[in-house]
Amino acid sequence: MSGARPLEPWRWLGVPMVQAIVATIAFGIPLRAFSLQLPEPIFPMVLAFAWAVIRPSILAPFAILVMGLFLDFFWGGPLGLWALCLLIGYGGALAGRSMMAGQSWIILCVWYALVTATAMVAGYLFVMLDTRSTPGVVAMAWQFLATIILYPFAQRLIDLFEDADVRFR
Amino acid sequence: MSLRDNPLGELKVPLTWAAAIALIVAVVAATAILLSDRRETFKAEAYGATRRASDTVLAPVGDVLATPSRWAGAAVDAVRDYFGAASENHELKAELKEMRQWRDVAIALKDENARYRTLLGLKTDPPIPMVAARIVTDSRGPFSDTRLANAGRERGVKVGNPVMSENGLVGRVIGVTDGASRVLLLTDIASRMPIMIVRTNARAILTGDGGPNPRLDYLRGRDPIREGDRLLTSGDGGVVPRGLPVGTAVRGLDGRWRAVLASDRAPIDFVRILLFEDFTQVANLKALNEPSVPPPTGGPGTTPVRAESAEPSKAASGAKAPSPGSPASSSPASSSAASGPTALAKPGPSSSAATKTSSEKAAADKKADAKATSAAPEGATKPKVKPKPPAMAAPN
Repeated sequence: MSGARPLEPWRWLGVPMVQAIVATIAFGIPLRAFSLQLPEPIFPMVLAFAWAVIRPSILAPFAILVMGLFLDFFWGGPLGLWALCLLIGYGGALAGRSMMAGQSWIILCVWYALVTATAMVAGYLFVMLDTRSTPGVVAMAWQFLATIILYPFAQRLIDLFEDADVRFR
Repeated sequence: MSLRDNPLGELKVPLTWAAAIALIVAVVAATAILLSDRRETFKAEAYGATRRASDTVLAPVGDVLATPSRWAGAAVDAVRDYFGAASENHELKAELKEMRQWRDVAIALKDENARYRTLLGLKTDPPIPMVAARIVTDSRGPFSDTRLANAGRERGVKVGNPVMSENGLVGRVIGVTDGASRVLLLTDIASRMPIMIVRTNARAILTGDGGPNPRLDYLRGRDPIREGDRLLTSGDGGVVPRGLPVGTAVRGLDGRWRAVLASDRAPIDFVRILLFEDFTQVANLKALNEPSVPPPTGGPGTTPVRAESAEPSKAASGAKAPSPGSPASSSPASSSAASGPTALAKPGPSSSAATKTSSEKAAADKKADAKATSAAPEGATKPKVKPKPPAMAAPN
């Protein structure tokens, strides 16, 4: 029964979560050189996608909730905005998990981009309702691009833990 | 081996359902938190203890992490200054030559302005105290553009205080805690700033949209703005002082007027927080919101009209006036509300006349009527209880 041994949550949830939070703080440094600023990708989106692909979990949605709230506190946005957006992305990835399982990395990458776009469009709508003003599409596009180039990190996490629990192969 | 034959296959369904239920619970929690958020009100109490606590923790962490980048930036600047010293010297000399001419014009205008102010008796703007702070964290996403500055409540910073860099307005404070304050940038989607175009004195609202160039909404007038027009804060609404540099006007790719922010000329690392108290902080809101007694209208008791027309109203108010011991007379507000403006009249000839009965008035001769005519307006035009004037804000 060693193959059915459940994953230890700290390995596939705890450590990546801390890494994402540290990366977010590091990219929040007010650094500007030659009139250029650091990009601001949504690091937790990587985890929201990878965790859904690895396996369904009871803890993962709450970990995403915590990370989303951290983003809202750190970035000073409406509290709950990123928590909800990430959970929508996680839900989208979880819903398509059976279709995506075993697909090539290109298909997974496209799926990741779609999940990210869904989360950001949801954020766009929530912010529009909240502030009664439309956010800039160009700024949103930049953040989207900065986030989807993080796909290799999601792929790495999937490769590490996809086969760790044989029940969800 | 088929799924049915796999003994572990049966475990999939319960865990998947449990995961789905966990997801729904988390979504409900996030939705409830989002709906209960009151960030858009920008009130001190709406910022919340949790946000204040997180800012208190994040400010020193960001400060430590930003230190190497500050050192690196200073090193890059030093190298650039060393190699660009000659060309910069030429540019500065040319600029200084131009500025000297402007200095003479400014001195003349300052003197002229001071004379006009003296003539008109205008109150001059009091100096605004400032607090210097360093930016320690930065967020630049499309949904939030805020920064954390390392000066907070202990240095007198309050919610609403404008924040400036050395080049222009950056934003305003939306949350304060010990040792840190959260600055909402002009580019944030929730930011609205009343501004004016210097050339035409036209007004607009600078509306952030998450991009680097906020929109200029609600522009009015014919040809109110041109490319390159300078933008300053208008001070309308009393939120920020008038005349802070904001930027220049530019037409965006979408055809809308936008602002190139003056504060974008250089990295926003050090800022000045203006301890400017807006109108809502200075004004006595309780007094402003108090329903004021309506001013005397052009009725019989308030205008110098003929005694014949004034008498019936006086008689009527006298008949309706409550007795001193009645409950209605115990409260001045209720008394004035019950008897109207006539009850506010100064007790004197007109007040005593008001208490006369109609039978007495009928007995009065024409001579007495003439005397009453001369006395009534005097008393009626001097209201006993004036509505308390609202407390005004300090001039900006």
